[in-house]
Amino acid sequence: MTTTDLLKLEAFLPAVTAEERAITDVYCADLLSWAMGNAPEDGAWCTVMGNVNAVAVAALADVAVIVLCENAELAEDAKQKAAGQGVNIVTTALPAFKAALAIAQAAGLVKP
Amino acid sequence: MADIHLEYVVPEDDFTRAGEASADLKARLKKLGLSSEAIRKVSISLYEGEINLAIHAKGGRISVDVAPDNVHMCLRDDGPGIPDVALAMREGYSTAPDEVRSLGFGAGMGLPNMKKYADEFEIESTVGVGTTVCMRVFV
Repeated sequence: MTTTDLLKLEAFLPAVTAEERAITDVYCADLLSWAMGNAPEDGAWCTVMGNVNAVAVAALADVAVIVLCENAELAEDAKQKAAGQGVNIVTTALPAFKAALAIAQAAGLVKP
Repeated sequence: MADIHLEYVVPEDDFTRAGEASADLKARLKKLGLSSEAIRKVSISLYEGEINLAIHAKGGRISVDVAPDNVHMCLRDDGPGIPDVALAMREGYSTAPDEVRSLGFGAGMGLPNMKKYADEFEIESTVGVGTTVCMRVFV
C-alpha cells in the first residue's frame, strides 16, 4: 500500500502531498519523544499532534505519512514545514484506533 | 570520504526551530549515502538532544564530526545541570514544564532515546555549571 492508495480510502483527505511512500506499518502515539523513539520507518503515524514539532519528528523518524486524526488542527507553520521537508500529511475524522485499523486492513497488515 | 566538522547553535525555548540541526545533518548524511538505519539513529539521538537544550538549558551548542565509520555528536550547555543523572536517564522521568508538555514533549524519553539509539553515549553534568552529552553512531 502507498500514500496514494491511502487517499483512495473514503475517510482520508490530503493535507500535504509529498513524495509517494510505501506504507509498511501503522503506529499510534501523541507524545513526540515516544513517537520519535518507536514510530516505524515507512509507517503511517496516527496522532492528534498537528504542530511543527510533529512534522520534525515525522521527518527525522522517516515515517511515510502523518495521519492527523479526529479532525485535529494542522497548524499553518506545520503545513509549510511539511511541504518543505517532504512530509506527507492526511487528515481524517476517525479517532486514532479506527484510522489505524482502516489503514492496517487496507494494507493487508491485519485481516478485515 | 574526508572527515566533516559541523557546528550548530540551539536557541532557548524556540520549539519552532528546534530540530533544524538534526534536519540539516540528516540531509547531509543522506547526500553522503549513509544507510537509512544509521541516519535514523543519528537523527533521533540528535533531535532529542536539541529538544533538551531548548527545554532545559537555555539553548546550547552542538558539534558534529562525521568520519568514514562513525558520526560523533557533542551537545554542550551552560544550563542548570542535572542533580541526579541516573534518575534523569530513567524512562518516563521528566521535569518539563506544562507549556512544553502541551506541545507533545515531556514524555521522559529524551535521554533514554538518546542512549538507546546511539552506539556510544556519555553524559557529564554539574549543577550550576551545565551538561555535556556526547554520542557516537557507527555507520
